[in-house]
Amino acid sequence: MSLQPIVQVQGLGKQVSGPEGELTLLRDINFSVTPGEACAILGASGSGKTTLLGLLAGLDVPSGGRVLLDGHDLFALDEDGRAALRGCMIGFVFQTFQLLPSLTALENVMLPLELAGQPAQQARAQAGDVLARAGLAPRLRHYPRQLSGGEQQRVAIARAFAPRPKLLLADEPTGNLDQATGARIIDLLFELNRERGSTLIMVTHDEALAQRCGRRLKLDAGRLVA
Amino acid sequence: MSRALQFSLHLLARDWRAGELRVLVIALVIAVASVTAVGFATDRVQQALREQGNELLGADLVILSDQAPPQYTARAQQFNLQYAATMSFASMALTGDVSQLAEVKAVSENYPLRGRLRIAPQLFGAEHSVRTIPAPGTVWVDARLLQQLKLNTGDTLMLGAARFTVAALLTHEPDRGGDMFSIAPRLLMNLNDVPATGLVQTGSRIRYRLLIAGEPGGVRQFRAGMENSLQPGERLETVQDARPEVRSALERAERFLGLAALVSVLLAGAAVATAARRYSVRHLDTCAILRCLGAPQAFISQSFFYQMLWLGALAGLLGCGAGYAAHGLFTDLLGRLIAAPLPPPSLRPALSGFATGLVTLLGFALPPLLALKNVPALRVLRRELGAPVRGISAYLAGIALLGALMIWQAGDFKLGAYIVAGALGALTVLACTAWLLVRGLARLRTRVGVAWRFGLSNIARRPAGSVTQILAFGVGIMALLLLTLVRADLLASWQQRLPDDAPNRFIINIQPEQLPALGDFFARQEMPAPEFYPMVRGRLVSINDKSVSAADYKDERAAHLVEREFNLSWMERLPEDNQIIAGEWWPEDADVNLLSVEDGIAATLGIKPGDTLSYNIAGETFTGHVTSLRKVDWDSFHVNFFVIATPHLLKDYPASYITSFYLPEQRQTLLGALVKSFPNLTIIDVAAIMTQVRAIIERVTLAVQYVFGFTLLAGFVVLYAALQATRDERLQDTALLRTLGASRRQLVAGFAAEFLLLGALAGLVAAFAASVLGYLLAERLLHLPYIFNAWVWLSGLLAGGTGVTLAGVMGMLPATRHPPLAVLRAG
Repeated sequence: MSLQPIVQVQGLGKQVSGPEGELTLLRDINFSVTPGEACAILGASGSGKTTLLGLLAGLDVPSGGRVLLDGHDLFALDEDGRAALRGCMIGFVFQTFQLLPSLTALENVMLPLELAGQPAQQARAQAGDVLARAGLAPRLRHYPRQLSGGEQQRVAIARAFAPRPKLLLADEPTGNLDQATGARIIDLLFELNRERGSTLIMVTHDEALAQRCGRRLKLDAGRLVA
Repeated sequence: MSRALQFSLHLLARDWRAGELRVLVIALVIAVASVTAVGFATDRVQQALREQGNELLGADLVILSDQAPPQYTARAQQFNLQYAATMSFASMALTGDVSQLAEVKAVSENYPLRGRLRIAPQLFGAEHSVRTIPAPGTVWVDARLLQQLKLNTGDTLMLGAARFTVAALLTHEPDRGGDMFSIAPRLLMNLNDVPATGLVQTGSRIRYRLLIAGEPGGVRQFRAGMENSLQPGERLETVQDARPEVRSALERAERFLGLAALVSVLLAGAAVATAARRYSVRHLDTCAILRCLGAPQAFISQSFFYQMLWLGALAGLLGCGAGYAAHGLFTDLLGRLIAAPLPPPSLRPALSGFATGLVTLLGFALPPLLALKNVPALRVLRRELGAPVRGISAYLAGIALLGALMIWQAGDFKLGAYIVAGALGALTVLACTAWLLVRGLARLRTRVGVAWRFGLSNIARRPAGSVTQILAFGVGIMALLLLTLVRADLLASWQQRLPDDAPNRFIINIQPEQLPALGDFFARQEMPAPEFYPMVRGRLVSINDKSVSAADYKDERAAHLVEREFNLSWMERLPEDNQIIAGEWWPEDADVNLLSVEDGIAATLGIKPGDTLSYNIAGETFTGHVTSLRKVDWDSFHVNFFVIATPHLLKDYPASYITSFYLPEQRQTLLGALVKSFPNLTIIDVAAIMTQVRAIIERVTLAVQYVFGFTLLAGFVVLYAALQATRDERLQDTALLRTLGASRRQLVAGFAAEFLLLGALAGLVAAFAASVLGYLLAERLLHLPYIFNAWVWLSGLLAGGTGVTLAGVMGMLPATRHPPLAVLRAG
């Protein structure tokens, strides 16, 4: 039985105008990802990895081509429409954690649930569960600045998985962590991804990390080469 | 609760703990406090006027006249109303050789009809209310007169030709203003004693009042019948318009102090804009993450809007509290307008203060915060995206709202628009000056040591911020320089202009038959013979055969001039210190009816050469042609007149005479002898009046200084906001410098150099502005020679340099204590 792809990328391109004229960041990218897959996007600095990830999430608009998320044409929606789709479908994990400094660990994880309209009580319970699963039960009321880098990334992973997204996008999730901590974070990421049956697309330049993904896409100067 | 509302509370709590909102709140508290402090004070006096209107009038209705006692007692009886009559005039009170000008009020039985007089048996004795008036042959005087005449109760004094016993000390008179308007102490006497004094003579300036009170219905009917039957020179004053002089003084104080308070609001706006900008920069990531997590734009806008509302409400409350605590500074001035106790303030000033705070906050903080909704979500991946837009255009709404507030505060659209245009023009000029100074300083960088170079580069690196800070401090320092040094200079210039022997005493009420005897008196005292000028009192009734009334003039002064009697004189020759500026003076012995008018009053009333003016003198009307306009030097203290006629025109009318002379300090006893010989004369001591006027000016200045105290505070908040806004950059710089081996002393020296330069520039701008304003005031408004004062510049530099350096270095000290590695890592 063949599954309907959760992500379909068709003829995607991105150009920007710089001081030296048009600059092509991505050129004619085509691929699709099926539900449950774990997919790594590899490439050197400046190869277009981050640009591609941004387009997959609808954080930026392409110069050409389209992205279908679970059958929805992402760029047929306006900015608020894309934000709503992100809210219910996509989870993010960033290199720099990107937690809100004004909220506690628990509140940070509750935020996407509440934005999606869940009552506070339910959101609190659900967020607490995921944080406990990430090993942060004693840290619920801590603010990001009171947590170590590894702990902050665990909160970020808990936040990403809490709304049970179909798609998880990760941007160099271990880039800011030491090797041992990074390894534990990656374990947690893969475990949760497996448990919750979500699809993972991860940008990295770490070959070893990429090896753990079932599929690898390689970018070179804005083109998909493998 | 909506999610945005809930989120806004989270943001507020966290940002408050992190100290990010402190500057915003402090700036707003100062703005609201400066507006409400003035508001609470004026409100209390207004309420006193409103609530105690009939007590301040001493009646329910008063008919005033400056010609003859109003004759409406029969009509009052007809409506079953109570009435009382009063006469007020200035006269000399004499005891032994000491004489003193007094404001005499003679009253009939029943006075006052509303409120009570209060008296004490002697100085510092316990006061009590009375329902009586001074018995015939006795007077009640206030403490000032008692002290000036060195009297005790029970002693006697002379008033005109009659002797009176001082029966009591007058401590309270419901219908008297506070001591703000009185130039002389009070003497209260029985109306029936007036004839015996012989003080009512030709040319005496007397104010008659008929006080009416009773059932409201009766008063209304009486009033309705009065509207059309008032005689020329008569005027009706009711509870609603009681004490017009107090009202107009209060209105002016409210307008002026209110406008001055808005200067603090303007600076607070600059601080709010600076702080909000930094705040928005620090929340770019938050907004990007929120967008990334699926928050709609409206959620972000609403969250920040709600947060600002909470903040505005908090700052409004604190500001109103601070304003209330500080409003005593102004009641000390404004409370003197009336002699009644002030009721507690209403909510109105608090509400308008609250609104001012919100307008400032929303006008200056919302533009950068609302722009946050446009932060691209992609910023989570690319930090360089989504920098806020710069430029002044975002604050146009705030500036426009402040302009509207100024126009509202000015109470007159045209005046308000002029003030707004003037303020914008002045700020632009000062901003350009400051910008040029900043640019000029930047060129010095290559020629100075490391600390100075660091300071200079910091100023030049943020030119807009530097100019804002220079302006904020400049305005505050300028206000203080104007109020202290420039004011003293103007006063000194005015005093220097008067020759040492400028007349310092006026004598009025001289009867024609007294002229030879008075001349002899001066000769016997070996004093130069004074020049006597005839004076006839008349009312202007028509210009070019068109009758005039107060209602024809919008200008307050013009209306007042038409309403009251003028002093007219006649002369053959043009007075020496008068100067013809239009038309021609008449030849000697001209037997035609000609007039010469002072140019100021001519402009006010719209009179030009060739016009025909008609005057009414004691029921008789005469007409004359205006042949010239004169410029008069009123400050010379020589006798001068608004309108001078040919002798042919006036010499047959009953006249009194006036003169002025210089009385040396050591000849003061001459006055006692003069009053003893001529008890009907009124001697006005210019020096005493000047002292009184100066005391009033001092008090007003003090109140204005308090307002500008808020401005200076706001200036410091602008500096604080600017320091906060550049804190991250500065931390980065210091960390880098520390890494490169800079000692803490070197860092502090660098900051000190920066703030010293900023402060000195602010002082320069302030001295420049204060000198230009001082010059304009002297040359254009007061027609005084401008005296250049180097102290203005020195004080400006010193005040700006030390104030800003101290505040700035103290603000930056914590930054020098941060471990550099932590800062570099975080960046």
